[in-house]
Amino acid sequence: MMQHLPILQIIVPLLGAPLAALLRGRDLAWGLALLLTGVAFLISVVLFGQQKIAGEALIYELGGWPAPIGIVYVIDAASALVLPVVSGIAFVATIAARRLVEAEIDARDHALFYAAWLLTIAGMLGQVTTGDAFNIFVFLEISSLSAYALVAMGAGRDRRALPAAFNYLILGTVGATFYVIGLGLLYMLTGTLNLMDLSERLADVESTRAVFTALAFIALGLFLKMALFPLHFWLVPAYAHAPSAVSALMAATATKVSVYVLIRLIFGVFGIEFPGLADAVGLLILTLGIAGAFVGTLAAILETDLKKLFAQSSIAQLGYMAIGIGAMSATGLAAAFIHLFNHALMKGALFLAIGAIAAQAGRASMHTIEGAGRQIPITMTAILVGGLALIGVPLTAGFISKLYLIRALLEQDFWMLAGLTFISSALALAYVWKIIEAAWLKERPEDAPVLTESPVQYVPAWLMVVATIGFGIFSAPLVEAAYAAANVFIGGTR
Amino acid sequence: MAVDTLILALLGLPLLASALVLLLRDKPDLRDGQALLIGAITAACAVRLYASAETDTVHFISLAAGLDISFTPEPLGKLFALVAGVLWPVATLYTIGYMRGAGEANHTRFMFFYAIAIHAAMGIALSGNLLTLFVFYEILTFSTYPLVTHKGTPEAMRAGRIYLGILVASSVVLLLFGVIGVWVLTGTLEFKSGGILAGHIDPFYVPFLLALFAFGIGKAALMPLHRWLPAAMVAPTPVSALLHAVAVVKAGVFTVLKVAVYIFGIDFLRETASSDWLVYVASFSILAASVVAMTKTNLKARLAYSTISQLGYIVLGASLATSLAASGAALHIAAHAAGKITLFFCAGAIYVAHHLTDIKDMNGLGRVMPVTYTAFALGALSIIGVPPLAGAWSKIMLMGGALDNGHLLVLAALMISSLLNLVYLGEIVLRGFFAAPTHGLKSEAVQEAPMSMVLPLALTAAMSVALFFAVDYFILDFAKPAGG
Repeated sequence: MMQHLPILQIIVPLLGAPLAALLRGRDLAWGLALLLTGVAFLISVVLFGQQKIAGEALIYELGGWPAPIGIVYVIDAASALVLPVVSGIAFVATIAARRLVEAEIDARDHALFYAAWLLTIAGMLGQVTTGDAFNIFVFLEISSLSAYALVAMGAGRDRRALPAAFNYLILGTVGATFYVIGLGLLYMLTGTLNLMDLSERLADVESTRAVFTALAFIALGLFLKMALFPLHFWLVPAYAHAPSAVSALMAATATKVSVYVLIRLIFGVFGIEFPGLADAVGLLILTLGIAGAFVGTLAAILETDLKKLFAQSSIAQLGYMAIGIGAMSATGLAAAFIHLFNHALMKGALFLAIGAIAAQAGRASMHTIEGAGRQIPITMTAILVGGLALIGVPLTAGFISKLYLIRALLEQDFWMLAGLTFISSALALAYVWKIIEAAWLKERPEDAPVLTESPVQYVPAWLMVVATIGFGIFSAPLVEAAYAAANVFIGGTR
Repeated sequence: MAVDTLILALLGLPLLASALVLLLRDKPDLRDGQALLIGAITAACAVRLYASAETDTVHFISLAAGLDISFTPEPLGKLFALVAGVLWPVATLYTIGYMRGAGEANHTRFMFFYAIAIHAAMGIALSGNLLTLFVFYEILTFSTYPLVTHKGTPEAMRAGRIYLGILVASSVVLLLFGVIGVWVLTGTLEFKSGGILAGHIDPFYVPFLLALFAFGIGKAALMPLHRWLPAAMVAPTPVSALLHAVAVVKAGVFTVLKVAVYIFGIDFLRETASSDWLVYVASFSILAASVVAMTKTNLKARLAYSTISQLGYIVLGASLATSLAASGAALHIAAHAAGKITLFFCAGAIYVAHHLTDIKDMNGLGRVMPVTYTAFALGALSIIGVPPLAGAWSKIMLMGGALDNGHLLVLAALMISSLLNLVYLGEIVLRGFFAAPTHGLKSEAVQEAPMSMVLPLALTAAMSVALFFAVDYFILDFAKPAGG
């Protein structure tokens, strides 16, 4: 049983999906989703522990076929770190989903909603664990197709969810296609799809034009999937018009998984020694990251709809992860992993809290939360702490992210870039301040609806808030795990 | 008592006071009485800590390698803790008188945040490293915001926005960047005598790093980041006392000095000549603020610009990079605190007793409020730097430091500034005692503010005198290794 955990990690939610679709009672479907995501989270945690104790990659051969003939699932320090993020957020989001889904989605669709919900989670977990490049594409499509459906389910409340889902579908498919084209070129050159095997065989064909083309297609496809500036336009409407529970799940996990896949492909297959990777590709990713950080932050400052505001802020935060990757060093990758982890917590908390407001008031805008600081203090405080973490205030997880990101840049003597990164992250203060001002410094308008809060709504958000503060104070284990993850790809110590 | 107990007491007592303020919100006398009592105990602890020679470190938590929340009492920090600790109960007594005399609302909220601000000031004073200092620095900013906007008028809210905007933005953009930069370069943030940067950084970059701190510490109100201080004068006078004397600006210049001494190291700054540019910026700030002060006729506005000028002295002392100048700057923290709190107490007393805010309306008022005006005269003379008042010593030491380092222009700036101080502070005293009355009061009979306001201002005026004679206890020697 224990040695089958790597595959159970994916199988459990995957097989749960058709089961959920068959369960007609909505509480049953939710209960099943809660149970299975809980089990998936448990498996992730155990896998993390197993990998840490083993100190090396755990390789699971599907059907007993060894690589490169069979498909393998690899639990190394990097995937072991990302799995609990995805499954943990999925579990907490499922707890919160019940109320949010009840409020926003037609009761007849609940079973289907949870089926798609479990599918997208299974797809994400699959992308993280698999050691096969084509398998990544399969899981990418599983998670994306179900995510398009989930976003479109927002249409019952907000018709704009339909064009948003359609845009997302078109661009998502373009991204996946680019990825698979690049992969095809690699397969043509090397005759293998196993990631480890690929990286070994690439050495023979390293400087051919076909390999560079493959790298360009794969990188571009993944930039699109991770919403790296300037390929981010699908993200804001998709997050803003999706059902609140979906916004929370996707904002916290979907793009992160693509970041992880990008790292795995660029460093795990092509490798830091690949000609032109460390300078040209690195510089490109750095530049796009910084540009994204500014564009996202400035757009967030101008935004009045809270879901869109934090979606724009996600563009900026993905920019920071890109900056970490672009630094092309162990510290840079560690910073990217740290921020991937921390940002999932912060954005999960923020979107769950905002979702609780949106589910009641129909939407969550600056106007909706005017004076709400006194009416729903617990929910608003969760938003406040999440906002402070986005700025990177010490004693929140965001500070640790910022610390290692700046360190990665300064280690390479990128003083200017470090300064720019810093300024853009401090600009986050402007949009967080707008929220503070609206919620606490303004009086609630007389005609505004009365907002209420109950533990069902704020406990899930607060679970993540507590984790944000916890990992901000006791950050040593996370930093250690992130360095271990980075060392899978690039050698180097703290 | 052991040193670690004293540290915990200094950090914990203000928190206790704030909790009790909330609990006793329905019993105003009890609420104010306990704040006074706890303030007195805090003052005693601060004195006791200042007298102690031990330097134990109290560790709380460790975030990552080289990132701790810890507290270490070193001489400079103990001096600031002493200033904040001793002035707190005095200011509390004054606050009680002012809030009741001027009929301000929301007394409980006010007392609560006042105590939190003192807690933050203690955290800054005793912090063992830059991270701890930064955290408490931000707590101080946020806890004083409700005090600045206390009146809730549109004007107060606007002032609050400038206050929070400048202080938070400068600290989050510049100061935090500097802190992280130091951590990346050295792997630690601990305050060590002699500094930690020497050998870890290319001297070319030192002036830039110093600039991150000099301008990032917005609370030091170095021009052009001074706007928040005059804006904040819309707050009730006890807040002005807190901002100008007890905690806020003092925390700012204290941080500048502490960073110069324990992070950069005085010798390192002198050898690399990295702080020369700051000498001129600080001198400019001193003179320009004095000139602006002369144009203001609102008493509190004039005092606010006077503070900006005086803070320049302390930044100057840090940037001159000699141990004499640094000691002078440290002494000036205490001397200016005693002097300026007296001046603000007097301004508040004048407002509560006669509702006057403009200097032109105060002619002849000295004969009506003799105690207040005598105290004002003493505070003013101390700030001008006339013996036998505390300000004289610190100015002499700063001048000596400037001479040591060959900055003759700075010497000239200091002298011109003293002259300007004499003009704009002397004017108030002279109008009060000798000019024909314009205050519009019917009689010339003595009409002072309530006793709970007059007593504190007399006390702080007396401190200015006492500090001159007891100056030996307050001269810190940065030349020999001190602290841990």
